[in-house]
Amino acid sequence: MATIQHDVVNRLGRNFSALTSWIDERFPMTKLIKEHATEYYASKNFNFWYGFGVLATVVLVLQIVTGILLTMNYKPSAAEAFASVEYIMRDVDWGWLIRYLHSTGASAFFIVVYLHMFRAMMYGSYKKPRELIWLIGMAIYLCMMAEGFFGYLLPWGNMSYWGAQVIVSLFGAVPVIGEGLAEWIRGDFYISDITLNRFFAFHVIAVPLMLVLLVVVHIMALHEVGSNNPDGIEIKERKGPDGVPLDGVAFHPYHTTKDLVIILVFAILFSAVVFFAPEMGGYFLEHANFDPANTLQTPEHIAPVWYFTPFYAILRAVPNKLLGVVLMGLAVVLPIFLPWLDRCKVKSIRYRGWIFKVALWTFVFSFLFLGYLGLQPVSDTFTMLARVFTFTYFSFFVLMPFYTSWEKPKPVPDRVT
Amino acid sequence: MKSKAALFVFCVAFGSAVLAQHAGDGGLHLEPANTDVSDTASLQRGAKYFVNYCLGCHSAQYVRYNRLGADLDLTEAQLVENIMFTGERPFDTMTNAMNPVDAARWFGVAPPDLSLISRSRGTDYLYNFLRGFYKDESALSGTNNLWLANTAMPHVLWELQGIRTAVFSEPGADAAGLPQFEHFEPVSPGTLNEEEYDELVRDIVTFLDYIGEPMQLERRALGVRVIGFLLIFLLIAYMLKREVWKDVH
Amino acid sequence: MTDKANLSRRHFLTAATAVTGGVGIAAAAVPFVASFRPSARAQALGAPVEVDISKVEPGAMIRVEWRGRVIMIVHRTADMLGRLAGLEDVLADPASINSEQPTYAINEYRSVRPEILVVEGVCTHLACAPTPRFEVAPADLGADWQGGFYCPCHGSKFDLAGRVYSGVPAPTNLRIPPHSFLTESTLLIGAETGVS
Repeated sequence: MATIQHDVVNRLGRNFSALTSWIDERFPMTKLIKEHATEYYASKNFNFWYGFGVLATVVLVLQIVTGILLTMNYKPSAAEAFASVEYIMRDVDWGWLIRYLHSTGASAFFIVVYLHMFRAMMYGSYKKPRELIWLIGMAIYLCMMAEGFFGYLLPWGNMSYWGAQVIVSLFGAVPVIGEGLAEWIRGDFYISDITLNRFFAFHVIAVPLMLVLLVVVHIMALHEVGSNNPDGIEIKERKGPDGVPLDGVAFHPYHTTKDLVIILVFAILFSAVVFFAPEMGGYFLEHANFDPANTLQTPEHIAPVWYFTPFYAILRAVPNKLLGVVLMGLAVVLPIFLPWLDRCKVKSIRYRGWIFKVALWTFVFSFLFLGYLGLQPVSDTFTMLARVFTFTYFSFFVLMPFYTSWEKPKPVPDRVT
Repeated sequence: MKSKAALFVFCVAFGSAVLAQHAGDGGLHLEPANTDVSDTASLQRGAKYFVNYCLGCHSAQYVRYNRLGADLDLTEAQLVENIMFTGERPFDTMTNAMNPVDAARWFGVAPPDLSLISRSRGTDYLYNFLRGFYKDESALSGTNNLWLANTAMPHVLWELQGIRTAVFSEPGADAAGLPQFEHFEPVSPGTLNEEEYDELVRDIVTFLDYIGEPMQLERRALGVRVIGFLLIFLLIAYMLKREVWKDVH
Repeated sequence: MTDKANLSRRHFLTAATAVTGGVGIAAAAVPFVASFRPSARAQALGAPVEVDISKVEPGAMIRVEWRGRVIMIVHRTADMLGRLAGLEDVLADPASINSEQPTYAINEYRSVRPEILVVEGVCTHLACAPTPRFEVAPADLGADWQGGFYCPCHGSKFDLAGRVYSGVPAPTNLRIPPHSFLTESTLLIGAETGVS
């Protein structure tokens, strides 16, 4: 009995390796698995901040799967869009779950990506030799903003409608060509069926294609130079006799088992929202968006979805329309230049001087507070506060070349801690 | 560890700023509706009131009668007897015969579809709105509402609640110089006392809450099971991670 | 590194994680797969239809639509019913043994009431729509034709009870949908009973 079993296992094993080598002669399967998993070495001292990259990938896959299922029942027309979403919520088997996964996934995507970006700023992951990873990452972020913006119109609720109206109008602020540009984007003189139809095309195919491509490139670039770590030390500089970095452990099985734990913790928090608070108090699904789009009536209190509000607050803080739009655009793109604005040689915040710590926390506070202000109705106090934080937000970037060259970093150890 | 202190300071500052904002909201106060969509009896009553008092003008175009029957434990015979008066078929949705163009002419605005009203306005608002009507000669329809000034909606439930007027304080009592609501004054009693009327309104709002998201009970029940499974999975995955990482430490 | 006991623990935990993960993915796939089923609206639209047949003269046929299919309702005359007998030798499934129909339609007329035939106008070959040809021995169908349905796509032939001739591409008789009579002149297609 035991020998028969043994024999079967052996034969299966032989067949499997025969299949593997058949494939390997035609496609670099084993090579790819080695390069990206079993022989990709990443630092052993990753903390939870290093989980947000894999979480972003998980959410991307979730969005694609649920998105495809939604398109099977969604109708991208002004007459039918709103009703088709309710059709999904009520008439399609499990449609409600698919829709909530997608709407919660949108917010979750931004949460994990913001934290992922913050991790990079904290540990200097944008610095040499990872500048390109950061640039690709910023491109991913811009794509996500486009994806979020286009997708937000699709439910054709009143907030969708007026949100799109406001944001498209921003393009109208561009001198000379502004009005024409806004019309060109809408394909009409107002946000209409035509606009919805093209936003749908952008949301379900154009932008996701870009996004997936950029994510692949992002990961390829990362695996070329190797992951940073909380100490900001290049582990490749200290290798053992076998050529393996002394402080590195193979991505599989070490980081994969760790990432699985992180994914599950995330999945629990995510499920808590999906099943117990899918509206998330009106921040993930806004109340006014349960009213169908009404071209004649603006919702009482109009604010973009939470992940855009820091920039929206900057826009509102500036009394001049064109300048506001310019500053908002700058606020979005300024982080692109971080690798060159930061003059400090030390990567990790653990060994950087107090100046950078103060600057980074001021920046984070400004960003979050602006996000809060962007959700609030306009008032004099809030406008004043928004101006203060707009100023600190920009100072973080503009003054960076100065304060980072003055700062006195601590000595960096040779090996990770 | 400095960063943790900074994080703490940040959280406190952010939190207090948020609190400070909301402490300032004054004026009228919404009484909580306290609806419970798992209360089937309340839902059944609410459905009946809804069909009797609301469906004449409002629709609930995304709600199917047979779904209602299944969720509210009503048999097809009960549905026909209590809910579907005008020859609807079980799989029909709760529409009405009113032409929206006519409706707009009669009321000034077309009565909105109520399928999602609980999600766009909130149950507390609906509960207070339906209890906020008062007689007001200056209003077009003769009635006004505390929560939606000059509402086009007449007080459909006046026979039940009775007729009331509202007493406002003299202008200037509040900072903006607007009159402040003080209390209602009964003019003639209705067929229900105040408690019974509130209970009836609560039943209607419970029903509206349910039709806003008919799968909400199912959603929560499934959530418990999903999270339970994930916790077990997490435990196993964590043990595996610990085991594998023994190589490293 | 690891001793033998540790290794078996590791194998066990790996297997446990893989199994739990597999169960999780399978369970998560259920809603996604199930979302493909006909929705509540599709079921509503596919609900039984009532047909008034009082105006269908003997020898005439009407078509109604149910679930996207043509349902042919034929009021057969005594003469037409008479022609059904004696075809057994040229039919592929004269007793409707291999064909799809409700049990109450397994009889020589394939109907509840002999004179009223309710049959799907969907050829059992490749779902074309058969044409009613009730006349006897027309020029194009030959002298043996006793009236029935002829499918123009691939030449399948059916008799006046929707039974398929042998030697044609269609394998089975035309399908009979579930149906019942609510009153003498009201036919319900799609269900045997129920409120409508």
